[in-house]
Amino acid sequence: MSADAYQAIMALRPEIMRASVGIDYARYNTGVLAFDYERLLADTGYDVEAAAAVQRRTAVGDTPLVELHNITELLRTVAPPGKGARLFLKDEAANPSGSFKDRRASLSVHEAKKRGYPGVAAATSGNYGAAVASQAAKAGLSCIVVQEAFDSQGIEQPEIAEKTRACEAYGAEVIRLSVGPELFYVFLQVLKETNYFNASLYTPYSILGIETLGYELANQVRQLAGRFPDLVIATHAGGGNVTGTARGLLKAGATDTQVVAASVDLAGLHMASDRDFNRKSFTTGHTGFSLPFTTWPDRADVPRNAARALRYMDRFVTVTQGEVFYITQLLAELEGLERGPAGNTSLAAAFAMARELDEDQIVVVQETEYTGAGKHPYAQLNLARRMGVELLRGDPRDNRPGRRIVIPAHPSQLAVVDVDLDRVRSSYLRHAIESLPEGARLDEVDLEFLAAETRSSRAFVEERIDERHRKSG
Amino acid sequence: MKQTIDKGSWVQIYRVVLPAGERAPQLPDDTRQVPLEMRVKGRLVAPARLGDEVEIVTAVGRRLSGVLELVNPAYTHGFGEPIAELSAIGREVRALLRGDGGEL
Repeated sequence: MSADAYQAIMALRPEIMRASVGIDYARYNTGVLAFDYERLLADTGYDVEAAAAVQRRTAVGDTPLVELHNITELLRTVAPPGKGARLFLKDEAANPSGSFKDRRASLSVHEAKKRGYPGVAAATSGNYGAAVASQAAKAGLSCIVVQEAFDSQGIEQPEIAEKTRACEAYGAEVIRLSVGPELFYVFLQVLKETNYFNASLYTPYSILGIETLGYELANQVRQLAGRFPDLVIATHAGGGNVTGTARGLLKAGATDTQVVAASVDLAGLHMASDRDFNRKSFTTGHTGFSLPFTTWPDRADVPRNAARALRYMDRFVTVTQGEVFYITQLLAELEGLERGPAGNTSLAAAFAMARELDEDQIVVVQETEYTGAGKHPYAQLNLARRMGVELLRGDPRDNRPGRRIVIPAHPSQLAVVDVDLDRVRSSYLRHAIESLPEGARLDEVDLEFLAAETRSSRAFVEERIDERHRKSG
Repeated sequence: MKQTIDKGSWVQIYRVVLPAGERAPQLPDDTRQVPLEMRVKGRLVAPARLGDEVEIVTAVGRRLSGVLELVNPAYTHGFGEPIAELSAIGREVRALLRGDGGEL
C-alpha cells in the first residue's frame, strides 16, 4: 500500500464502516455528543432470550458455574476471622472455541448470514478471532482475521501465534502484521475489497451477545445459593466484557450485585511500541486497553462503541502480572482447572477482594478460557526472560511491567489497587470536550448523556465542564 | 541452486505494507523507525523459488502477492521450559492448607 492509497482508504472510512456493519449510527444522535444508546441496542431486535436462542444453535453459552472450594479455603487462611467469601468461576472455556468470545461472535455471524454478506472480517489478535472463525465455519461463511502478531525482529507473541493457528484451523485467512495502529487501515482495505461484514468487537451485536453471560450466572448463583452474587469480577480491556455482563446481571434482576472491572497493570509500556510488544506478557485484559477505552470508548473500529464500561462499573481495580501468574498456578494445582490467561486477572482480584468480605458472601469470576501452546504462563515467562525481563519470587508490589515480574511469595500478598473512578470520569469529560466540533456547545441532552456515561450526576458533570462549552439558559 | 516450489503448495508470503518513512503519525519512535510488515499464507499460484515475488490464493480465495518466504510454514509456538518460580507454588499452598505452611 502506498501512502496515497493509505490516505484514500482513510477518507473512505465512514462509507466502508456503514456498508460493513449495516447500522446507520448517525440516526441515533440526539445532541452534539449525545446519542440514544439504549435504542441503538434495542433496534437490533435481540433481547436476552433471543440472543440465547441464537447461541444455543451453535452450543454457545450454558457454561458450568464451578465453586472453587479449595481456593476459598486457602483465602480464608489469610483472611480475618469470619471473613473470606465463597468463590465461583463461570467456566467459559466450555464454549466451542474455548472462550466467552463465542458469545460476542455469535450474533454478528448470525446477522451477517441473515443479511447475505459473503463473509465476516475481524480485527483482533485474541480469542475473538478464533470465535468469529469458528462461528463463520458453522455458518458456511468466509472469514478473514487481521492480527498484530510479531515485532520488527519477527518474534511472535506466543499467545497470538496460537490464535493464528486456531483461526487457520477453522478455515479462516489470517493476515498477520507487525506492531502498529495502522492495522486498522489494512482492515478497512480488506472490508472494502471483500464487502464482508465487520464483526467488530464493539457493535451492539457483540455486546448483546455477552448479556447472556451475566444473565446466566446470576440465575445459576441464585439456583445454587438462593441469592444473587455480591460481587462479579470481569477482566477488563475494551469494555465489552464489563458492559455486557453488567447488563445481563441487571436484566436478571441482580440489581444489588457489585460489578468490578479488573485489569493487569501495564503502566509504563506503550501499546503501539515495537519494543514493548513482546515485553507485556499479556495480550489483553490490561490497562493499556482498559484505561483508554474507559476514559473514551469511541476509539474503536465502529462510529459508536456499544461497550461503555464506565456506565456499569462499581469499582475498577488492577493487579500485577506476577499475581496473575501466581493465581493461574493455584487454579491448576488446587482446583484441577488449567485455564487462562483471560479470566485469571479477575481471579487474582477476586482472591484479594473475597478476603475482605463475609464468609457467606459470594464472589463470581465470570470467565475462563482454554489454555494451550502459547497460551500459558510458561510460554509467556520464557519469552519475557528472552526479552530481558527479570523474573523472581517476592513482593508483588515490586513488579515493574516490562522490566521485572514478581511472583508472590505468599498468598497473603495478593492485593488489588483501586483506580480512582472520579479521575477516570474527569478524564472521560476532558475527552468529550476535546471531541466537540469547533464552536459547538453542549445542550441539556448532552449534559444528561454525560452524567449517564460517567455514572455520575449533572452536578458532577457541570462542575467539571467549563461554562463556555455549554449553551446558556 | 534454490529448489522450485510446486504450484499449489501451502506457503507464506511477506510484504511491507508501509515503509518506515510512511507510517501513521503519533507513533512512538521505535515503531516509526521500522516498516509495517505483513505475512499471509495461501496456495502458490505458479511454481516459484524462495525469495521470488509470487501470487497466492488465500483460504478465502483472495489473490495476494508478496515475497515467497516459507513453504508449509510450521507452528512453532509451544510452552518451553518449566518455570521454577511457578513450580513451588502448589507445594507451598498445600502446606498452608494443612496448617504447616508457616508464615510469610
